[in-house]
Amino acid sequence: MSSTNLPIAKAITAGLRDALRADDKVLLMGEDIGVLGGVFRVTDGLHSEFGSQRVVDTPLAEAGIVGTSVGLAVRGYRPVVEIQFDGFVFPAFNQITTQVAKMHNRTAGAVHMPIVIRIPHGGGIGAIEHHSESPEALFAHTAGLRILAPSNAQDAYWMTRQAIECEDPVILFEPKKRYWVKGDVDPDHRPELSPWQAEVVRSGTDATLLAWGPSMPLALESAQAAAADGIDLEVIDARSLSPIDFPTIAASVQRTGRLLIMHEAPVLGGLGGEIAARISEQCFYHLEAPVMRVGGYHLPYPPARMEHAYLPDLDRVLDGVDRLLAH
Amino acid sequence: MSVFATTIPSVAEQEPLIQLLAPDGTRTPHPELDAVISAAAPGSDGDDLATPERLRGYYRDMVMIRAADLEATSLQRQGQLGLWASALGQEAAQIGAGHASREQDYLVPTYREHGIAWARGIEPWRLLESFRGVSHGGWDPNELRTHPYMIVLGSQAPHAVGYAMGLQRDGVVGTGETATDTAVLALFGDGASSEGEVSESFTFAASFQAPVVFFTQNNQWAISVPASVQSRVPLAQRSRGWGIPSVRVDGNDVLAVLGAVRAALDAARAGEGPQFIEAVTYRMAAHTTSDDASRYRPAVEEQEWGEKDPILRLRRHLEQLGEIDEAFIVRCDEEAHELAMELHHHIHGMEDPDPVGMFTHAYAEPHPIVEAEREQYLEYIAQFEDENENDKAEQRGEQA
Repeated sequence: MSSTNLPIAKAITAGLRDALRADDKVLLMGEDIGVLGGVFRVTDGLHSEFGSQRVVDTPLAEAGIVGTSVGLAVRGYRPVVEIQFDGFVFPAFNQITTQVAKMHNRTAGAVHMPIVIRIPHGGGIGAIEHHSESPEALFAHTAGLRILAPSNAQDAYWMTRQAIECEDPVILFEPKKRYWVKGDVDPDHRPELSPWQAEVVRSGTDATLLAWGPSMPLALESAQAAAADGIDLEVIDARSLSPIDFPTIAASVQRTGRLLIMHEAPVLGGLGGEIAARISEQCFYHLEAPVMRVGGYHLPYPPARMEHAYLPDLDRVLDGVDRLLAH
Repeated sequence: MSVFATTIPSVAEQEPLIQLLAPDGTRTPHPELDAVISAAAPGSDGDDLATPERLRGYYRDMVMIRAADLEATSLQRQGQLGLWASALGQEAAQIGAGHASREQDYLVPTYREHGIAWARGIEPWRLLESFRGVSHGGWDPNELRTHPYMIVLGSQAPHAVGYAMGLQRDGVVGTGETATDTAVLALFGDGASSEGEVSESFTFAASFQAPVVFFTQNNQWAISVPASVQSRVPLAQRSRGWGIPSVRVDGNDVLAVLGAVRAALDAARAGEGPQFIEAVTYRMAAHTTSDDASRYRPAVEEQEWGEKDPILRLRRHLEQLGEIDEAFIVRCDEEAHELAMELHHHIHGMEDPDPVGMFTHAYAEPHPIVEAEREQYLEYIAQFEDENENDKAEQRGEQA
């Protein structure tokens, strides 16, 4: 099979299906993932193909879902669990941070935790409370976890496969706002780029714009708009949020001299702050301006009719670019 | 009469407590559990858990683990351990449950399961590693068929259920093959029974009929909070709302615990789904070496429970059977003393690990940031090694 055109959601489905076929220790667990195929239909068709022992409709209990996946991993399984929405991960926060993240270290390497925690994340979908959050910093702060944030169909397929193959626990933040955006997927050729590396998706000379996951289309749109004003932005898709690929970001900033980081999560305490600090340390003499950030406010995620003002949009990104270039 | 049914208080008062050995050592027959324990009883599988030799073995085990426990408290007082959580008084519950499990079963402990560990062949010094602060664990869970000690109480319960779900998928439940059919024993206390993850574990175990036995040692106190604050009804009734059969046994009676845990694990192994046991016991020591139990419980309560001591009880029973003599008792005490001395010397001689080891197992696969920080750490401490070398060279110069 050569390259096929798939929406991101279906690319993940294909990744899960191929992983289930490749290794009979892989199993899926979550709420409504079986007969229904998941509330976003990401597991559509997998229950009928693999049965209820491998595609498990669980009780409505996130700590139980993640906690039982720990036991399954000790027994040699590779559980892939679905958290239905970003804001519902918190009942499982204890299991993820005190157990999943630490069991390998606790047992001095005797026990691996090849668990994948799939979380549809991000806002902009007009949802009620707890359905639009970007909690990546809370997990990136926890050693023992890895985080991937695919932004396109090809990455969605391969990051699903590679997360499941990884011997460490991986949180897969899926860009739910972009689930139905199509892209080419080549399931037959493993990409040369490691999932843990960032990718320069647009070359430019005036400033670097870094984003990930659901923010990538906006980042590219912003670069196009800036180009119309004669500003040449380099755009990087971070792809991996733990570990963050600082060498790729630093190499870009050493070329452009400026960095703008854009994410949906609140700026205060967000990953943009960590990236800004590291880049300031590593690229101090290359920087023409302070590293700047555009993102959510230090607020609970607002009701849907206000979210347009909370989320970064084209104007806010371009405003950030202007401030960056004013130096 | 209200249309709302309750289990309080009438059922609570009726909840039986199974006891096969009275505190004075008197043996009470119990047809159902005797069939599990004794080969002579009708319905027995032939594995006699109550031969005089085995009873003496349980006695020796309890004496040994108590000595190790007391020595660990001494080691903490000597500054050799950061903390110790004593299991004094809970020896019968733990030695009984440990020996009731079969070789292939998987046991999932809290941090106060020293008798369980002993019964599974985990040397006491390994338990002390984490209390000393040289590791966070100390053994390979799959090799010793025992999960790591759990500090975040209740978090281990869903692990036990997940492992049991793995057993179902591996086809080692309900096949009738006694050598390979496997079950999980999940341990937690009266305090942890209030954790949401324990309730969620009941739900998962019941819904999927997972081969797991929940074994609660109700030692009456969660640090300073009495069991009555954790539950208005006997804990044994807690699981019945989930459709999980349960029983309440005297946790200071090694035979009652052996019988109940063996029966429950056999049922789980046979594919009959989860089971629940409340073992009523008492935490004779403070919560840990950092705790002062006199601030919250009366000494008279400790004295009352001291009279129900599990070791003394089994010794009296063996005496009544004429199956124990002074020479055996003395030998056990001597072996226990030797074990304590070994532990003492092992811990006193234990060197601190090289801190660079903390970078080794955070991840299973290479991680660029951890590797970079490890290199930074090594470069940082190397500066001081140079300084130390210079200091030594200067000293040598002065001496010359």
